[in-house]
Amino acid sequence: MNALPLALTVFVACLVEAVEALTIVLAAGLTREWRSTFQGMAVALVVLAAISAALGPALTLIPLGALRLVVGALLAIFGIQWLRKAILRATGHKALHDEASAYQREVTAAAAAGRRSGRGVRDWYAFTLSFKGVLLEGLEVVFIVVTFGSNQGSLWPAVIAAAAAVLVVAGIGVAVRAPLARVPENAMKFAVGVMLTSFGTFWGAEGAGVNWPGHDAALLVLVPVMLVVALGYVLLLRGQSRQEVMSS
Amino acid sequence: MNRLRSAWDFAYDFVVGDDWRGAVTVVLALALTALFVHLAHVNAWWLLPVGVVAALGWSLRRAVR
Repeated sequence: MNALPLALTVFVACLVEAVEALTIVLAAGLTREWRSTFQGMAVALVVLAAISAALGPALTLIPLGALRLVVGALLAIFGIQWLRKAILRATGHKALHDEASAYQREVTAAAAAGRRSGRGVRDWYAFTLSFKGVLLEGLEVVFIVVTFGSNQGSLWPAVIAAAAAVLVVAGIGVAVRAPLARVPENAMKFAVGVMLTSFGTFWGAEGAGVNWPGHDAALLVLVPVMLVVALGYVLLLRGQSRQEVMSS
Repeated sequence: MNRLRSAWDFAYDFVVGDDWRGAVTVVLALALTALFVHLAHVNAWWLLPVGVVAALGWSLRRAVR
């Protein structure tokens, strides 16, 4: 049950994070050098895979009720974070994440940094920049993959969805060799926020002992309700901003 | 000690983010739901969604003030 929406959520979440990681990898590779950049990226991917491989089976040892309680709470909190950021950006209360300017910042810093080599790495700055970028952006995806997968009883749909998103972004990145500034990151973040919050609420309440009316079908109501509420907050904040502009 | 502190800061920022009140509201709503279900035998399925919506609204209100 829920495998398709879960896989789609993981795919879109991973797409957002992969676009951000690509900006950092491109800045490191094009400004410094590619071999160290790829080494940093490869080591980060190995670390992320190791974390998933360790956490996934560990979570399946926890009884389902307790797992859903904890994972549900974490997902709901995580979802609120994503939604909060997306709503604030959509209403102009927070600057939109701009891949082009993020890329320029990274390029400027990378061009100014000194060069240090050793231990099989030609350029440690490129290695570290790429490693940190991929690891930090990837951790959120690992968290979503592991929590969704453990609730589903299988990590594979989530892992395949995440891998597909990485391949899509990497393929486009190789083709255009520029940050993907046109990707509607905020809209995707908004959608993921709605899904994470809805699934988190559903599983959290189940973990607390609730029987949802309609069982799994309750999600078909919960997701649209969360979407409408989030859109309602967007309209409310936009209206407030307009009023403030008019009164000043 | 510094590394422990950094790890804690990272974990806090990763899970809780910019506004801890949202996280606390969700945890309280879950605890209250469990109390309703197990002590009062009320199937309080509505409580967590209300808590989550309130937590998001409260957090947004604080952010734009």
